[in-house]
Amino acid sequence: MKLDIILRVIAKLMIPFALMFALYVQFHGDFGPGGGFQAGVIIAAAVIFYALIYGLPSARKVVPYAAVEVCVALGVLLYLAVGVAGIMLGGNFLDYFVLAHDGVHGQHRGILLVEGGVAITVAAVMLKIFYMFAGRQRDADDEEVI
Amino acid sequence: MGAAAIGIARQRNLFGVVLLSGIYSFLMATLLVVLDAVDVAMTEAAVGAGISTVLLFGALYLIGGEEAKPVHKPWLPLFVVVVTGGMLVYGTLGLPAFSDPQAPIHQHVAPRYLTEGPEKTGVPNVVTVVLASYRSFDTLGETTVVFTAGIGVIALLRRRRVRDRLPKEGDDA
Repeated sequence: MKLDIILRVIAKLMIPFALMFALYVQFHGDFGPGGGFQAGVIIAAAVIFYALIYGLPSARKVVPYAAVEVCVALGVLLYLAVGVAGIMLGGNFLDYFVLAHDGVHGQHRGILLVEGGVAITVAAVMLKIFYMFAGRQRDADDEEVI
Repeated sequence: MGAAAIGIARQRNLFGVVLLSGIYSFLMATLLVVLDAVDVAMTEAAVGAGISTVLLFGALYLIGGEEAKPVHKPWLPLFVVVVTGGMLVYGTLGLPAFSDPQAPIHQHVAPRYLTEGPEKTGVPNVVTVVLASYRSFDTLGETTVVFTAGIGVIALLRRRRVRDRLPKEGDDA
């Protein structure tokens, strides 16, 4: 796989666009189809694609294990933090209207943050599962190939 | 899609099964685009055809590519599947016609979401409004489910790896 120049060049061309598309889906979720879950999945797919072409060690350099593990919890915590922020600012749990002076702006802000939390958790969990599987694979042929 | 499903059921080579299920997912994604559910189609293409195919190939590497011969006769499972499928089809007979405006689901809260949602929240995409604003508790629950699933997989695979390593260090008996 390391010498497959066509795959490597195509991957290099495609992955930035995939990541950009994920960000588009994330931030454009208010206006078009998409949202946090889809964006997270696309981010994870892009990184998994990178890992398939360039190998697990280089993917781990880009997105280290520790960062993924932190992000698994970070997304849920961000979501909860938005909810608690609603209480602190004098509303109900997950009440977005109090997040900004204008209610509509508050809604925008709350939805964006909450979807961001969803995206972070989904991307991290997908990546983590992939890393776990791929890591086992690598352990299994440790003696034979590497 | 039917051909892909039958192929999956008949195929003994698991490599082929994974490939066919990827094809099935892509066909499903196209179907969802036709039904105007683009975000679901996006998810289906990315998760169903992309990530789960990769994960299944990873699993295949670990377990080998050939399905074992079934121990039991296939008649009892076939009977259960046919009865369940028949009950599900019987259930769909009681549903209102496709896109019937008088269906109960279009009478309850849906009109309020559709008319008030964009005005109240200033977000034109009603799906996002319902998901993140009206039903944000739901979505919090879903995120927690994803989180829990991830933690579960981590716990299972990690433990296994440690156990695998232990006999190696003690030089196998």
